Amino acid sequence: MTDNVWEYAPAPESREIANLKPNYRMFVGGEFVDGTGEPLKSVNPATEEVLAEVATAAPSDVDRAVAAARKAYDELWGRMPGAERAKYLFRIARLIQERSRELAVLESLDNGKPIKESRDVDIPTAAAHFFHHAGWADKLAYAGYGPEPRPVGVAGQVIPWNFPLLMAAWKIAPALACGNTLVLKPAETTPLTALVLAEILQQAELPPGVVNILPGAGDVGAQLVQHSGIDKVAFTGSTEVGKEIQRSLAGTGKRLTLELGGKAANVVFDDAPLDQAVEGIVNGIFFNQGHVCCAGSRLLVQESVADELLEKLRYRVSTLRLGDPLDKNTDVGAINSKAQLEKIRELTASGDAEGAERWTSPCPVPEKGFFFAPTVFSNVHQAMRIAREEIFGPVLSVLTFRTPTEAVTKANNTPYGLSAGVWTEKGSRIFWLAERMRAGVVWANTFNRFDPSAPFGGYQESGFGREGGRAGLEAYLDV
Amino acid sequence: MGVPSTTVSTVADGAGPALPASLADTIRDDAALRRFLHGLPGVDQVGLEQRVAGLATRSIKKAAKLWAIDTAIRMVDLTTLEGADTPGKVRSLCAKARRPDPERPEVPQVAAVCVYPDLVEVAVAELAGTNIGIASVATAFPSGRASRGVKLADTRYAVAAGATEVDMVIDRGAFLSGRYGEVFDEIVAVRQACGEAHLKVILETGELATYDNVRRASWLALLAGADFIKTSTGKVSPAATLPVTHLMLQAVRDWREQTGQVRGVKPAGGIRTTKDAIRYLVAVHEVAGPAWLHPDRFRFGASSLLNDLLMQRRTQLEGHYSGPDYVTVD
Repeated sequence: MTDNVWEYAPAPESREIANLKPNYRMFVGGEFVDGTGEPLKSVNPATEEVLAEVATAAPSDVDRAVAAARKAYDELWGRMPGAERAKYLFRIARLIQERSRELAVLESLDNGKPIKESRDVDIPTAAAHFFHHAGWADKLAYAGYGPEPRPVGVAGQVIPWNFPLLMAAWKIAPALACGNTLVLKPAETTPLTALVLAEILQQAELPPGVVNILPGAGDVGAQLVQHSGIDKVAFTGSTEVGKEIQRSLAGTGKRLTLELGGKAANVVFDDAPLDQAVEGIVNGIFFNQGHVCCAGSRLLVQESVADELLEKLRYRVSTLRLGDPLDKNTDVGAINSKAQLEKIRELTASGDAEGAERWTSPCPVPEKGFFFAPTVFSNVHQAMRIAREEIFGPVLSVLTFRTPTEAVTKANNTPYGLSAGVWTEKGSRIFWLAERMRAGVVWANTFNRFDPSAPFGGYQESGFGREGGRAGLEAYLDV
Repeated sequence: MGVPSTTVSTVADGAGPALPASLADTIRDDAALRRFLHGLPGVDQVGLEQRVAGLATRSIKKAAKLWAIDTAIRMVDLTTLEGADTPGKVRSLCAKARRPDPERPEVPQVAAVCVYPDLVEVAVAELAGTNIGIASVATAFPSGRASRGVKLADTRYAVAAGATEVDMVIDRGAFLSGRYGEVFDEIVAVRQACGEAHLKVILETGELATYDNVRRASWLALLAGADFIKTSTGKVSPAATLPVTHLMLQAVRDWREQTGQVRGVKPAGGIRTTKDAIRYLVAVHEVAGPAWLHPDRFRFGASSLLNDLLMQRRTQLEGHYSGPDYVTVD
């Protein structure tokens, strides 16, 4: 085969659009303020250069932010009619759309995800969450939680680094729609877009204190969730930290929702539309470098089509373009941090040691930055670590099954239960399988589709509570 | 009519290159052919269209764009298929094919001109001494509604006049009523009538309606010995679309995996701009593979596309857009 007859010229999005500033400050009481914590440096994972210095919170700052949120709740936001709150949410949604290019480029710089994903998925979906919840704000009486559902109060929210702005939107939009105020802590490695969102909140003239944003590491998150002025905690992140939070909140009466890890099974039957199944598998595990809690990290394929499917899959994966996240033709960007890259390397090494067969895409890998080439392990068995533990990287583990019952048993054989996929042309089989799958989301003949009207959340070690849709409102209403 | 043919012609009749044992059985008889075509994996419409939309966001710039433009020019089957076609019209089309941009002799020639059978001899005379192919539609184009004898005579007439490529239409009526053996036999017979000429088989995907049908028709044509599978006549809407072409590119790729033989794809109708053409080339590159980026394996059936390619080519080289008055209208 004649490779490289047509090399795509670089097509980078301009980083100027990100409007990157040397310093970013915390957002408390409607103002950008200095933090008293040790400032952190946010790094571009694709180049390892420092992007900006970001103020972080010390315990006194957490007190200040919680007090601002409480004041805003008591004096204004908690009593404001829903129709009025909705106006702010609509305004925020539109401002996100207006500044979408800036947000997309900044997100790709800070997180390492390809610009086509931040541009086409993260930012539009974030805006969609605000639009969706804006619509709910004056209709809560019809949400099925009684005639006049009340807000909970002040929420403490801690979000991960994989979808920085989108996760902020998932947390902030429903909280505000239901009449709560909040303090949000973005992830240590990706604080920038949340702080631009704070600018947008100012532009939208959101009353001071309704939303407060405190960058920092895990210690700030711990102080926030344990703060006595908080009524509700919402956390998205690792199962390990989720368990710690749950332990620390026991007996405090605070409400808690957790959205944690996953080890989703993507189940492909022999009557599946194979080419589209390949697309779904690729989207399931290589979207966002596999930094997706609901990633389809375990492929369960019926033995009778396993070889054919794997051959198609390897070819397709070899066409994925790895590299500069700002290049519009990049399919797979940078791993978010050195620590995460090391974790992926450690887990994939265990795959080799335990006898799985590793295949790596022959794509070129940049010398600088944190990159990991798309990898597919075949000959994987349930007993191996790569079949049980969340890798959170572009690594797929392929297992096979013989019968539908075996598929369900293997798919459910995990402490997690966030999502699952099923690929078959037979409608009845989709329902049969979805009924038996212990997972919060089951996608049929597609994967990794997110819509604000569809509740998202997990079983068991994947957490509890739902985000999005009518069900997602419950977490922020006193019901 | 109504009596299905009980035996399907086999490769031994001279349909084309030998099929591997795994596929030879599929054309044993009507029932085997039907089982095979209906056993092909289904196509999920949402998934296919999502993938196509994703690929269409590729951003092709600078040298990559210029390469794409020149490659697309070399892939054009410059076409005129009107009732009003005259020798004069065909002659000016041939002049355009030889020298697409008179001010820039380095611009490559197109792959072929495509005309009705009665105008083939005009094109032959005009293109003598060039490497430009002479394609003729045949088999009662565009509807294909004629007797087998008429279709074969149409084909022989075009080839005798000097056509080096024949673009036939399949019998969509037979296909849609499940008479796959009949469609197969007809392609085989036309292929024989073609002699040395290359055979492009037009599926008229706009009338097949579903992606599953497009996949089945693609395999049917490949099994019967098509050198190229072509989307459309250009007389039915929709003509070529990206998802349909994507699917056909997957078929020729799968075909090579199974047989080692390389077959081509030709989208035709409705591709008018450079932007469109580049989207098709991206699909060729990433779905079938870089090996298909060649006029022997991929063609555009188009008339107005060429001028847009020429305008964009100038824009790339000169740094500014010059407008339609600076390319020849033929």
